[in-house]
Amino acid sequence: MGAPCLPAARQRSTTRSSLAPPLGVPLADLATRLGGDRSDRRSPAALRYRRVRHSRRMRTARRRRHCGSVREVLGAGGAEMEFQAVVMAAGGGSRMTDLTSSIPKPLLPVGNRPLLWYPLNLLERAGFEEVIVITRKEIQKMLNLDTKMKLDFVYISDNVDMGTADSLRHIHQKIKTDVLVLSCDLITDVDLYKVVDLFRTHDATLSMLMKKAHEPTEVAPGQKGKKKPVEQRDFIGVDDTGKRLLFMANEADLDEELVIKRSILQKHPRMHIRTGLMDAHLYCLKKYVVDFLVENRTITSLRSELIPHLVRKQFSSPASVQQGLDNKEEGRKKKEQSSLDIYSFIKEDNSLLKPAPDNSCWNDHRGDMNETLHEGKVRCYVHIMKEGLCCRVNTLALYIEANRQVPKLLLNLGLEEPLVHATAQITDRGMVGSDSIIGSSTQIGEKTSIKHSIIGSACTIKDKVKITNCIIMNSVTIEEGCCLQGSVICNNAVIEKGADIKDCLIGSDQRLETKAKHVNEVIVGTEQLMEI
Amino acid sequence: MAEREAPGGECGPCRAAPGRETSHVAPVTGAGSGAAPTVPAGVQGPELSREEKLQLRKEKKQQKKKKRSEKGAAAEAPEPGTDPAQPRVAPHPASPPASANVPNDSEKPVGGKSKAELRAERRAKQEAERAQKQAKKAELGQGAGPAKPRLTPTEAPSVVKRLPEHVQVDDPAAQRKLAKKLERQQVPLRQDYGTKVNLFSHLHQYSRKKPLTQQMSIPSTVIHPAVVRLGLQYSQGIINGSNARCIALLEVFKQLIRDYSTPPNEELSRDLVAKLKPHISFLNQCRPLSVSMGNAIKFLKKEISCLPDTLREEEAKEKLQGTIDNYLREKIVLAAEAISKSAFEKINDNDVILVYGCSSLVTRTLCDAHKQTERTFRVIVVDSRPRLEGRETLRRLVRHGIHCTYVMINAISYVLPEVSKVLLGAHALLANGSVMSRVGTSQIALVSKAYNVPVLVCCETYKFCERVQTDSFVSNELDDPDDLIVLRKGQAQLGGWTENKSLHLLNLVYDVTPPDLVDLVITDLGMIPCTSVPVVLRVKNVDQQ
Repeated sequence: MGAPCLPAARQRSTTRSSLAPPLGVPLADLATRLGGDRSDRRSPAALRYRRVRHSRRMRTARRRRHCGSVREVLGAGGAEMEFQAVVMAAGGGSRMTDLTSSIPKPLLPVGNRPLLWYPLNLLERAGFEEVIVITRKEIQKMLNLDTKMKLDFVYISDNVDMGTADSLRHIHQKIKTDVLVLSCDLITDVDLYKVVDLFRTHDATLSMLMKKAHEPTEVAPGQKGKKKPVEQRDFIGVDDTGKRLLFMANEADLDEELVIKRSILQKHPRMHIRTGLMDAHLYCLKKYVVDFLVENRTITSLRSELIPHLVRKQFSSPASVQQGLDNKEEGRKKKEQSSLDIYSFIKEDNSLLKPAPDNSCWNDHRGDMNETLHEGKVRCYVHIMKEGLCCRVNTLALYIEANRQVPKLLLNLGLEEPLVHATAQITDRGMVGSDSIIGSSTQIGEKTSIKHSIIGSACTIKDKVKITNCIIMNSVTIEEGCCLQGSVICNNAVIEKGADIKDCLIGSDQRLETKAKHVNEVIVGTEQLMEI
Repeated sequence: MAEREAPGGECGPCRAAPGRETSHVAPVTGAGSGAAPTVPAGVQGPELSREEKLQLRKEKKQQKKKKRSEKGAAAEAPEPGTDPAQPRVAPHPASPPASANVPNDSEKPVGGKSKAELRAERRAKQEAERAQKQAKKAELGQGAGPAKPRLTPTEAPSVVKRLPEHVQVDDPAAQRKLAKKLERQQVPLRQDYGTKVNLFSHLHQYSRKKPLTQQMSIPSTVIHPAVVRLGLQYSQGIINGSNARCIALLEVFKQLIRDYSTPPNEELSRDLVAKLKPHISFLNQCRPLSVSMGNAIKFLKKEISCLPDTLREEEAKEKLQGTIDNYLREKIVLAAEAISKSAFEKINDNDVILVYGCSSLVTRTLCDAHKQTERTFRVIVVDSRPRLEGRETLRRLVRHGIHCTYVMINAISYVLPEVSKVLLGAHALLANGSVMSRVGTSQIALVSKAYNVPVLVCCETYKFCERVQTDSFVSNELDDPDDLIVLRKGQAQLGGWTENKSLHLLNLVYDVTPPDLVDLVITDLGMIPCTSVPVVLRVKNVDQQ
């Protein structure tokens, strides 16, 4: 079964490599080298699914050879692709150090898959064939991904602290067209076309994804008291259609009051200010924004600097910026000049309605005498998800939440792998809940009940253990009669007989005593604590 | 509900059309199906009484017997295919009485019968003979050529009248064909949305919320990114209006040509046309092409195929871009200038001009007239739901300082007494002189006629079309029915219309104004009556050749 699909994949990769030298490891090879053992243990339904997918792939491949893709049509001189995807996977996970001290954030297991797998899978489902992954060298070494896309790894050295904007600047030579930037900690089932279509339709500078943030229902381990983690709230202003992004401010930047520029209100007299929206860190950006970043070295972060800058720039005309320059005193003038204006990067032939400025009857606003879109050249749009899954894994609570949501997502994706791995040895099947995930070669003893939990591979769980709402990573040993509830247990931990654990985080290589009793604690190695 | 009444009411003048419509469609369907012979039978029916019929039947039985007995000897035995019932089903209307000269034995036992019976008999015989002859000829024709030219004229009409795909959505065969074609071109097929009003079930109806990109991979591999963007802008209504759509299309084609490079072993003139095809299909799926776009595409394809082989690729591409620029300048920009100049003559001092919807040409004409002259005129902008395009016209006119009044279409009979001229834009001008324009135009023309106000239509000649259409039903476009839903204080009365089986929404885009309601068409060639469209088309064709 694997035989007919392989030649097609090979062929494609070879044709691509003839176009440009391969920058990353050919993925098919990587997958076969690292995770090849998976191919022989699949359920019949999964096999069928796989076959269908491959036949479609092959058909498209054949067709592509037949009539030529855009790349051929466009030739060497034209733009190569419509979008390039960039996944930012170099972050350290500074908000959940208890977890990330032992496992780097992109490799954190969520539903027994590394976190990085989710954004990559999102891109693969959307139809991307190449992705640039910005990561650290040691992460790539440990990575074992099962994807058919061509991954182009770009490494960032460990000792330099680079922001997301810095990273994008770092790879600017690779960026030829508009980019889709994702963070590695995004897990979502969004229809990506909705975000991208906003970008295409309105010829936007930026389009992004947001989702109503959900309140963490349960307390994260180690959290003292009932108080919520104080997140800095964002104020997001959208227009009547809910798509145009007009205003963006973070609580941290405000002193007691929210100030809205008059120029916004002149153009958009009705603005809806929303709070409680979570930014998914998924951005479609025009090529010229990257060019702007390259020139403007003061911006280090996408989320906290570049995006608010773009949103603000929608309502300041280039002319007024020029005037402002003249009025400012000498010292500041130099500074202003050094940070170039985004307007100078916008290429004229890209602007919306340029061919037909006076001819279209469409107008985005009513009630004043201004031109369509107020002749604004920078336009930001946002797609706010109403339903569906979208979460970012950047705190411990969100990590637990994501693990809870993921079985549903994996089922909907229709992946070939069942939730309970075929090599897992389970004595009492009936005691394992339908929304639990169990990894390969895990042994589960008699009368052990597992509910709403995720158990990694090569774990040993003995008899009469009760596991509810837990995340158990790889090679964990749990002995008889333990009772685990709402806890996270990291790699190689050993929990001895009769332990009772509730809402705890057990670090890697920890050993809990017999009949130990812990509630709401973080148990990690002392040496790690010293580090903090 | 106002929503449902509005479109129906707006196409009021063409309500009388269904009679005409059938006359328009009938030759097409008649030629397509082989049902023609049944019609004369029905006509002949009342002529024969019941006795006669019985008699006929007897006769035939006898004939059959005889023929069966003769079969061995007789050379001209009837073909098994020629059914003896055929004469009754398909009698020839003109049967000459002089055919009695054939002395046949079958006549003897029926001697001494009434005239009617005899006639019927003869007819039956003639038919049988004719059938035999034809069978013979067919046999001959299979061997030799001469019979063929006789057969082709009977088949020809069914071949010539091929309906375009976009007006046979209710025909599954045509849809299958379309799906196949799109699959070959790797363009997704857009799904129809919601229920349609019966009379319009043959047209596409799409939802804006379900764009074509839903079914495409995100870095689009088959369709050029600029075309994807353009298609989305068409379907979302951002690029709207006949001229705007055509200009945007040509600009994107320029980009497409610029980014094109001929693959080895291919000819540019052939390969480029083939490469354009999926892009055109994609745009057509996003929104049915306008007449202006259709004409521009036809022009471009012709230009590409006429390119001399001797040109190098770069030169050829440059030349093509030059021709597109010329087309844009001559057919759209300069044409608009010429129209604006001639229309200027028609605007007198103290005129009150009524305009409808948003026509870029009419707006421009009025603005130009206002700039050039001391003559004072006033404009009444008529608007209609659901798009309210008139507001954009209003904005542009008021910005230029023109004195304007704004009314909705249901109030036109109250404003018309003070109107001195009606100035309308057009989507297309059809060969029979009908004006295809935004729905509501024909209503305005009709009411203007009643008030004796002259109706002037501004239209560039590149929007002239060889199609003939007498009504708004056969070929039209349906817009997203969800546009008709009005939000009042956050509530939509029509919100769940798709669940209600007895409710259909109709959001019609165009209507057809009959030529007798239009007094004058102002074109870039001057002012002509709208019945002169065929002349212009003929001259244009000669020019192009």
